[in-house]
Amino acid sequence: MTATGVRGIGVPVKRKEDPRFIRGKGTYVDDVKLPSMLSMDIVRSPYAHARIKRIDVSKARAMPGVIDVITGEELAKANLAWMPTLMGDRQMVLPTDRVVYYAQEVAAVIATDHYIAADAVLAVEVEYEPLPPVLDPFEALKPDAPLVRPDRDQKTNHIWHWEAGDKEKTDRIFQEAEVVVAQDLYIPRIHVASIETCGCVANYDPATDKLTIWMTSQAPHAHRTVFSLVTGIPEHKIRVISPDIGGGFGGKVPVYPGYVIATYATLKHKKPIKWVEDRSENSQADSFARDYHIQAELAANRDGKIRALRVKVLADHGAFDAAANPSRFPAGLFSVCTGSYDMEAAHVEVDGVYTTKPPGGVAHRCSFRVTEAVHTIERMVDVLADELGMDPAEIRFKNFIQPHQFPYKSPTGWEYDSGNYPAALQRALDMIGYRELRREQAERRARGELMGIGISTFTEIVGAGPSHTFDILGIKMFDSAEIRVHPTGAVIVRIGVQTQRQGHETTFAQIVAEELGIPVEYITVEHGDTDTAPYGLGTYASRSTPTAGSATAVAARKIREKARLIAAHLLEVSPDDLEWKDYAFRVKGAPDRYKTMQEIAFAAYTSFPLGLEPGLEAECYYDPPNLTFPFGAYVCVVDIDRGTGQVKIREFLAVDDCGTIINPMIVEGQIHGGLTMGMAPALFEEIVYDENGTVLTGTFMDYLLPTAVETPHWKTAKMVTPSPHHPLGAKGVGESPTIGAPPAIVNAVVDALSHLGVRHIDIPITPAKLYRILQEKGVAE
Amino acid sequence: MDRVPITVTVNGRTYTAAVEPRLLLVHFIRDVLNLTGTHNGCDTTSCGACTVIWNGRPVKSCTVFAVQADGTEILTVEGLEHDGQLHPVQEGFWEEHGLQCGYCTPGMMMTAVALLAENPAPTEEEIRAAISGNLCRCTGYVNIVKAIQYAACKMRESATAGVGGA
Repeated sequence: MTATGVRGIGVPVKRKEDPRFIRGKGTYVDDVKLPSMLSMDIVRSPYAHARIKRIDVSKARAMPGVIDVITGEELAKANLAWMPTLMGDRQMVLPTDRVVYYAQEVAAVIATDHYIAADAVLAVEVEYEPLPPVLDPFEALKPDAPLVRPDRDQKTNHIWHWEAGDKEKTDRIFQEAEVVVAQDLYIPRIHVASIETCGCVANYDPATDKLTIWMTSQAPHAHRTVFSLVTGIPEHKIRVISPDIGGGFGGKVPVYPGYVIATYATLKHKKPIKWVEDRSENSQADSFARDYHIQAELAANRDGKIRALRVKVLADHGAFDAAANPSRFPAGLFSVCTGSYDMEAAHVEVDGVYTTKPPGGVAHRCSFRVTEAVHTIERMVDVLADELGMDPAEIRFKNFIQPHQFPYKSPTGWEYDSGNYPAALQRALDMIGYRELRREQAERRARGELMGIGISTFTEIVGAGPSHTFDILGIKMFDSAEIRVHPTGAVIVRIGVQTQRQGHETTFAQIVAEELGIPVEYITVEHGDTDTAPYGLGTYASRSTPTAGSATAVAARKIREKARLIAAHLLEVSPDDLEWKDYAFRVKGAPDRYKTMQEIAFAAYTSFPLGLEPGLEAECYYDPPNLTFPFGAYVCVVDIDRGTGQVKIREFLAVDDCGTIINPMIVEGQIHGGLTMGMAPALFEEIVYDENGTVLTGTFMDYLLPTAVETPHWKTAKMVTPSPHHPLGAKGVGESPTIGAPPAIVNAVVDALSHLGVRHIDIPITPAKLYRILQEKGVAE
Repeated sequence: MDRVPITVTVNGRTYTAAVEPRLLLVHFIRDVLNLTGTHNGCDTTSCGACTVIWNGRPVKSCTVFAVQADGTEILTVEGLEHDGQLHPVQEGFWEEHGLQCGYCTPGMMMTAVALLAENPAPTEEEIRAAISGNLCRCTGYVNIVKAIQYAACKMRESATAGVGGA
């Protein structure tokens, strides 16, 4: 083990998790097989809103191989017909009298085989009395609107009202401002559509009185606590294992009714129960993202200096408020919508509304509504530029928070930790050849061609805690790590966060390698098993590196401090005479006298100094002092086909700054994936309902994920502005590109049409939508 | 339903089983043969997570009945590695960071193997067209393209070396 072999921070180490995946040896939930395992399948509602008059399970029960049919009435007797959501609302597990969204769970069949279970689902007879659906949140707030949730004391469809910023000051600036622009934006309902759907294997073992649930969970500890609170089973008797996860993106944060029904069924039948959704169930009923109806206004001086932002939002939450936002932030971190721009004031209001659609509002590779926030401000800055006849780059340079202003207190109360926005945009413009592109655009325009250049200079906000502000259902948002150095210098690291394959098994090993000077291949990272991993809040909202990454670094440093005492003992010097240099403790002034961590580890178990506790391990529960604020400057160049309305992304450059980079290869991969997930809702994806509330996009035949053909060859560049408060200076990256990409693409399309008087287009900008605009403007071919 | 006897050669090994006529090939591979590297993603032949090579052609095994495979040969992800030696496509995916969650990876690799058997030197455009029936939600495809280019290069090199040696 040599120092050069450590391969710590900054090295593109090949992923330690990959050998099992490339051999087809991953273990996803559907790969878990236990003896005597039964299959569960779910009967779902064909109506968005209906009264259930009768459920007849007799034919289904009589089918060979069918073990049980579970209804809401049965669950109600066990007090499990309802469950709490992570937002403090309640949600039906199975209904007793009514359904409130299309494809809602109505009953569950347990059978010896999943083909039989699927057959039996069709044999369950349910008589419904359809009720009027509530699909538009504006209509939902009218006094005569049908009530979605008569179970609540409050007899309206309004859920909550939330505000941030200074209303009075903002209104005053708007009254006196030289220029005011306003724009309505709709950010439609979309779905994370991870390629693996959701599911679980629940197994109650009477011999040990222990319930084990393999679950597609991004937050296994939080889910264990919720399960304990809901069922009354002591928490040490529940083990949640989040095995290999085939993509999360926020969709595997909520607790779905299927998990609870499968758990009830295993407790009842004392046999393992497997439930795995099919694609349609996943697309139709699982958590959605976005669905924000936004009214935004900017107040500015005539020279382009922005003075204030005013935003009002109606948030369509579906039938239950089942997002996973911190409890004091029902609209997540949407109030970061002043973005990268310095302004005097801002005021943001969000109202949550019930409709007869599936619950959700999860992240979708977005840190708690930051996509909505960034889309709002990045579109509005372009709208203002258009009003003033300014270049979108010029107006951004004029309004950026300057490097010397950090830490920067935003008008809605956030303290941005660090940034260098002008440098990022300048880098992007230079790399892409912005002036040359503008010249080309002018020439093409003269020839009647439609080419656009779009810019997005976003600020992301990730890494929740700190705990004084952030909690989920009262559980504070810290995170944790535990490190054990074995006698031979090999290491096991257990972390409180869980990975959906962002590369934690590699990057967290690199953190420990760097801190302890132990080669990365001697370090194993474990996570996702609540019986062994320390308590943590899970992986979503780009929080792993800012929280558990810090915990890992701090725990490693605790180990190093103990190692110093052992090294001093071995070298027969005072601990103060040692310095940690080139991955070893060296005697100051005599660097050839040193002890490596491997030597120290062996001594920690064989020849430790008298009075010192044996062993070499440490843990840390890290409560971050602030969030981190990654940022980036994206430029997108599009060509529009006047014959089809198709947008072709000719070039897309992403300059990202996520602070210190642990593994550049993995960061690059995260950015590629995030950009693709940002392009998807900008151009293709939307969950569509008909007038009855039936989902029209329930399969991959009609909900269009980008393929390799539509996806451009992304170009990227990095800057590094470390976070001043993170032990490694790292900020988090997974979600930045998903947040930054949509407005860059929309701004490019609008830019291509701005000379025709187009100032805004709602996403997704499908060929059909764009072709209609081209026709209206008389430029369609 | 009466079960139907079938004999299928998977990864060079011959299996005989009596299956329900409507059993899908993907479920036969996963549940009967316990080869769980082939994944099920969408049920509508859209995502390609279940892609296997069937008599030399890449097919989506969620849209084939097991009984149709009677008397035929199938290659799954588990059959790519030989004598502890990764297939160049597997190697490429690891080297070029062509996977993240790993769920689409086996199907994506099988499509790549089939492509390279037909076209040993594909352009980026040809690779993108070939994998357009395989959806990946994590990587943004850039590194998958690189992974397949890596494999193509490696396979051409070893083919050339083989010729030289003979």
